[in-house]
Amino acid sequence: MNQAEKMLKKAETTHDFPIKAKREKKKEEKGINPNISTKKTGLFSSFSLKNRENIQGYIFVLPWIIGFVVFTMGPMLFSLYASFTNYNITSHMDFIGLDNYSRMFNTDPLFWTSLWNTLYFVIWTVPMTTAGAVLLALLLNQGVPGMRIFRTIYYLPAVLSGVAVYFLWMQLLSPSTGLINTALAWFGIDGPAWLFDPEWTKPALIIMKMWGVGGGMLLYLASLQGVPKALYESATLDGANAYHRFRHITLPLITPVIFFDIVTSLIGGFQIFQEAYVMTESGSGGPMNSLLFYNLHMWNNAFEIFDMGYASAMAWILFFIVMVLTVINLRLGKKWVHYEGGDD
Amino acid sequence: MEGIRKNKFHESQTFRRRFMKTIIMLILLVGSVVILSPVWWLVSTSLKSMQEIMQFPPSFMPESFRWQNYVEAWNTAPFTRWTLNTLFVTTCVVIGNVLVNSFVAYGFAKVKFPYRNLLFTIVLSTMLIPGFVVMIPQYMLFAELGWVNTYLPLIVPAFFGSAFFIFLLRQFFMTIPNELIDAAKIDGANHFVIWWKIVLPLTKPAIATVAIFSFNGAWNDFLGPLLYLNDESLYTLQIGLQTFKGTVSTQWHYLMAASVMVLLPVILLFFIFQRYFIEGANITGGGTKG
Repeated sequence: MNQAEKMLKKAETTHDFPIKAKREKKKEEKGINPNISTKKTGLFSSFSLKNRENIQGYIFVLPWIIGFVVFTMGPMLFSLYASFTNYNITSHMDFIGLDNYSRMFNTDPLFWTSLWNTLYFVIWTVPMTTAGAVLLALLLNQGVPGMRIFRTIYYLPAVLSGVAVYFLWMQLLSPSTGLINTALAWFGIDGPAWLFDPEWTKPALIIMKMWGVGGGMLLYLASLQGVPKALYESATLDGANAYHRFRHITLPLITPVIFFDIVTSLIGGFQIFQEAYVMTESGSGGPMNSLLFYNLHMWNNAFEIFDMGYASAMAWILFFIVMVLTVINLRLGKKWVHYEGGDD
Repeated sequence: MEGIRKNKFHESQTFRRRFMKTIIMLILLVGSVVILSPVWWLVSTSLKSMQEIMQFPPSFMPESFRWQNYVEAWNTAPFTRWTLNTLFVTTCVVIGNVLVNSFVAYGFAKVKFPYRNLLFTIVLSTMLIPGFVVMIPQYMLFAELGWVNTYLPLIVPAFFGSAFFIFLLRQFFMTIPNELIDAAKIDGANHFVIWWKIVLPLTKPAIATVAIFSFNGAWNDFLGPLLYLNDESLYTLQIGLQTFKGTVSTQWHYLMAASVMVLLPVILLFFIFQRYFIEGANITGGGTKG
């Protein structure tokens, strides 16, 4: 190993994460050495080669860096400041300290209503969609004939979204002539008024959400099909029954996907807005504000009365709540998520 | 004696397996009916007359197929205009997403530079930021720039990368052997040439996946147009459909007919390019492991 190579290696280990650098070094030694030309041309040009690689790398990721700074970081920092003001876009932006935050917690009852509605929705939909998607994937993975057709059918609702689907569900949930209450009547059940009854508005949206459960199913199915068949065969020979095989082979191997699903659907759950906005006369929040979700309340403050300062404060509280829950998720995840190739 | 017992054991095993499969098959069939019935309801309502929709108990099959519902709904509002607007926005978004995300993902997958892993960690963590948190401050920015009531806020961000697509494409690019890229380098190609001439053509399935996902995303986008578009002549289909409800109020046959027309491109795309959805799930599912 000559001088130039040593220096290059040093440069790599100091810049990159040390462990990753070691790993990548190993890979490099197996393949063709990208710095092969350094041996011929000496110290100076070897560094310029490395530099050229670095510059190219930064050019590749530059669009994302610009986008991140301009469209995410910058606006978020601005809104952090705006949350301490009475900003209304057009006329004023005076510093008012923590007024927005104290108003939220103390004098805006709709804040608590909207937070409760959102939590209710998240608490029901996250476990139900996750469990439903796993169950569906397991059923589809049993080698029944027509699996591809079933997969298509169950996934279909996941691609159908937007206003058209909300209109369809308003029709399906119609108390007297809708499909759902008609079907319930076959079993002698007198269906509720769904979107017109404050007790039943949120369950109605949860049912609608469950219709799209096939979206997550595809992810699990992809992962289940990657489980080696030999594992099951040897377990069966050892006398493991179906439950044991699921509990000790299948489940550990799909925990990373379950974890990914829970983290993303929790964040997604807090985003609920469009359904409520479209299905309740332009964001009124439904009967007795039962569909006034956090984002809908925030939207009304920001774009109906243009109280941007208050809306920004609400956005930051939402960010804080979601971050705390995600960190808890990541911490808990370490205890139950099984990664192939050890625990590190 | 041994042989017979073994045989019986086998028979009961296969019988049990067949029985289980039949049960699973039945569950899946019933589930399919449940999943498909809303779609059936959508289509059948769109072909009924208003009178038939209001009648109790509701009918599953329209008495007569009123195809004119579609024509009448289409002509009640500027749907042609809205469709063209949506196609324009969607096309721009798809082009931006495909080009920029594959470009950025190549940098993260195949070029080595300082702080690459740190930057990629930041890319992944932006996926954890709820969209609404960024939406309000973004609106303030675009309002300052005078971009409200134009398509710019819907299109321009698509040209600066999206975390999920970068992640998806990076996972895919990682599977391209380094030897291939090194060989091209020895032949004198720089990374830009390698990306354009070697990696893009090699990864068509992944590119198609991103294109389809972002088509669906842009086509179904409601929040962006709702926030930024004020003139009816600029509306996209999602917002147009929402306003259409105000026009026809409770005339559900028109509303359902218009809904079918808005959903149709997405449904067609899904049936034609189904394998790319599965591809996307495979990459994402694989990427969550470690």
